[in-house]
Amino acid sequence: MKATKRQSASAGRKDKSIRSDCYVELTISGRGGISINLSSKVDALYGDSIRMLVKDVLSTMGVENAVVSIEDRGAVPFVIAARVEAAVRRALPDNKHAYLLRANSKRKASAKNCLRRTRLYLPGNDPRFFLNAGLHTPDCIILDLEDSVAPAEKDTARILVRNALRTVNFGNAERMVRINSGELGMEDLREVIPHGVETILIPKCESATYVSEVAELVTSLRDEMHIQQEVHLLPIIESARGVANALSIASSELVCGLAIGLEDYCADIGVQRTREGKESAFARGTVVNAASAAGVQPLDSVFSDVADLSALRISATESRSLGFKGMGCIHPRQIQVVHDVFTPDEKEVLKAQSVVLAFEHAKKSGSGVVALGSKMIDMPVVLQAMQTVSLAETLGLVQCDWRVNARKIVADSGLKEEENAE
Amino acid sequence: MPNSRNPSNEDRNRMVKNTAGRLVPIHVNGVEQEPYAGIGKLVPLGLKAKPPVRSCAHFPKDGNKVVKTLAAALKKSGIKDGMTISTHHHLRNGDTLTNHLFDTINRLGIRGIRWYPSASFPCHEYLIKYLKDGTIHHIEGSMNGPLGRFASMGKMRGTGVLRSHGTRYQAVQDGEVHIDIAVIAAPTADAFGNANGLAGPSACGPLGFALADSEYADHVVVATDNLVTFPCVPWHIQGNNVDSVVVVDSLGDPSRIISGTTEITKSPDRLLIAAYVARFIEEAGIMRDGFSIQAGAGGINLAFLLSLKERMKKAGVRARFMRGGSTKYLVEMLEEGLTDFILDGQAFDQEGIRSLASNPRHVSTSPFTSYNYHGKGNFASMLDAVVLGATEVDVNFNANVVTHSDGLLLHGLGGWQDCLFAKCSILAVPSFRDRVPIIVDEVTTLCGPSELIDVIVTERGIAINPRRTDLLKRVAKSSLPIRSLKDIQREVFSICGGAPAKPRVDRDNVIAVVKWVDGTLLDSVYQIEK
Repeated sequence: MKATKRQSASAGRKDKSIRSDCYVELTISGRGGISINLSSKVDALYGDSIRMLVKDVLSTMGVENAVVSIEDRGAVPFVIAARVEAAVRRALPDNKHAYLLRANSKRKASAKNCLRRTRLYLPGNDPRFFLNAGLHTPDCIILDLEDSVAPAEKDTARILVRNALRTVNFGNAERMVRINSGELGMEDLREVIPHGVETILIPKCESATYVSEVAELVTSLRDEMHIQQEVHLLPIIESARGVANALSIASSELVCGLAIGLEDYCADIGVQRTREGKESAFARGTVVNAASAAGVQPLDSVFSDVADLSALRISATESRSLGFKGMGCIHPRQIQVVHDVFTPDEKEVLKAQSVVLAFEHAKKSGSGVVALGSKMIDMPVVLQAMQTVSLAETLGLVQCDWRVNARKIVADSGLKEEENAE
Repeated sequence: MPNSRNPSNEDRNRMVKNTAGRLVPIHVNGVEQEPYAGIGKLVPLGLKAKPPVRSCAHFPKDGNKVVKTLAAALKKSGIKDGMTISTHHHLRNGDTLTNHLFDTINRLGIRGIRWYPSASFPCHEYLIKYLKDGTIHHIEGSMNGPLGRFASMGKMRGTGVLRSHGTRYQAVQDGEVHIDIAVIAAPTADAFGNANGLAGPSACGPLGFALADSEYADHVVVATDNLVTFPCVPWHIQGNNVDSVVVVDSLGDPSRIISGTTEITKSPDRLLIAAYVARFIEEAGIMRDGFSIQAGAGGINLAFLLSLKERMKKAGVRARFMRGGSTKYLVEMLEEGLTDFILDGQAFDQEGIRSLASNPRHVSTSPFTSYNYHGKGNFASMLDAVVLGATEVDVNFNANVVTHSDGLLLHGLGGWQDCLFAKCSILAVPSFRDRVPIIVDEVTTLCGPSELIDVIVTERGIAINPRRTDLLKRVAKSSLPIRSLKDIQREVFSICGGAPAKPRVDRDNVIAVVKWVDGTLLDSVYQIEK
């Protein structure tokens, strides 16, 4: 692509406090080749490699003549590439080229009903926390393009998030992206769907119609690009209208769960959010009920006081008791606490194992009645026990061959003694 | 032991390869050097240094040694060009006395001073003008930040000599460094020269770093901004070693004497590293009744201490002693009965000072008790575990703590080398900092040999020195992420965009040397190429 007149643009972030990011200023001209002015604290170590990368991005994007100034504050290659690409696209809005780094994802796609106890939010335009997010072992990470990204930075964040999806190792975490509402959200989808996102969060979701629109675009993008990997949708209910339509939203195509956003919901119904949360009892109950009715996961909001881990524990305990399967996290330190709460304890697991054993015994012996000691076990209890055991297996709390210790499990669970004592 | 002589120019530039495979100069600032020969290989011979004998006949009978000004005290001490003048760093980044001292020396027209601080801080950037104009010839002591940068550019007249806290004591004790005048900032002192750091506007805690100076210097000047009536107790510095006492308006800025480093890190990655260290110490069986440990005041260290505290409480374990730098967190552990004693080299916050002044189980120590390698044992080697930082480690477990990967000299050795002698030395480091990988193929500057570095804890996993088969065995069944350094390095290189380029340094220009704890030369620091 030949530019005839000078076109300038910039992208990225600059400030003394910025780390792991860079700021790119680009002036495209008609001649003179590429000239790069780099100021970087890692110049001695990676200066040459940065210059090579910048040239590669520009040449891939068809830019032959330009002056590039980079203020680098320790950005890794995928960040630098994203910032340069964003600057080019701003300077040349018709330039549709993308600079795709080699994809580095080794993990399998997530199942629709995979574990989602914790979803760690990562502001989409701040790469600093991307690199080590997986180390804190959240069940899911959310690259956020919505509320944490300023309106003027939506375009740059989108490219950054795309690069992160391709190159960053998020460990075993499910890779989620929260898109924007409306047309911006559709642009977000076009950028991220081909690059390994597993679940799309739909914010401020109010109707099944909107979910279907998103689902349609996702499906057509997948077909168009021959993407094998399934993509799930996770609508976030954040308004009175959303709560009213919860069941139809939860029952929509591709939906894997229903999340609730309480800050916006409280604003919508005109109340202050309190720690006790009485004001959102109806909404939370409705979301749990709708998700359960549709056979998808109900997922709770975030707890915003990052410093108060004991209050978080109380909130998470309540959340689990209401029927939620997980919570949003805004700081890695919250993850361990929420995992603790949403993981069945030893006693719960033993009890569930005993129930499963009793069920299996009844099935083998052809008896229609499941009993533990003298107590009859109802089928719903059996189903719940099976869920608990399978969760314990997934989490490695019990070995897959735990049945070899059947006798000990029943004894340890204390269920029989209880019955005898009665 | 090194001899002073006048080497020829040819000699001056000669380098020799030491046992660690590092090139070190034969002479430094005209003094002949011993190359590092291995841990514990050097057998010291001869006698300790001898300070001059003095007589009461030449000191006031009423014990009043106060002189009017610092200039008068220096003149009384016979200050001359080329002398060695020492200071301590207990006032940390709040120290203004040292800057005032060199203003005074400069005004007296004295030049070519060898400054022998126990450490320098960014506040001493002020002294660069005196390095430039020749008032100060060179620095022998830790160079932090701006002074290190200045030296790295090859602008210092002499060669810097980096010593650990223990090695600084050893050098004075062994007569390798003769201090002509020691200027000791004393937050509280009496007219006789008894002094401590426990009270007054510039209170800083212990004064242990000035001990060697007070014992061995030809002349000792105590400067205080809080003169009390005799006796000043406890006398961490003994007046019997002191020539004169000077009262100054202020020793420093209290808000910076008590450093800001006592905040617990909020960085999730550092918290993760801290939690790994605490878990390792428990699961390797180090955390048991009667154990001992040292942790400093850096971000990871404090978080580690809190994490360890939780584990100790849960397991009902009590330590026999913990080594400071003390902070309120360490003091809480003492007061909650989680440790019997704090043996404290420096206090980092008010709580540390309060506890040291009031709790008999909170005891002041010095580099002599804790670190000096040329003594009849020291406390550091008795510790069950120590947690330290590093700027770089290499895949063979050697470590660097003074230069960055770009070759810049930016940090001092502190007590780092001395602490490596603990039974389990742990380096807690992020695997990369702002794209700079910490695990390198070869350290830029060797400060700690691999034989003494046992465990490296990063947020990506824990590497155990293959020599420590005992530790490897003890955590074999744990779920801790035990990995090889090479494996972690590979992952980090893939994040950072490959291996970093080698630093561009001028191998013909040694700007500083790193001493080992026995006074031998471990490595050289080179000038950065412009």
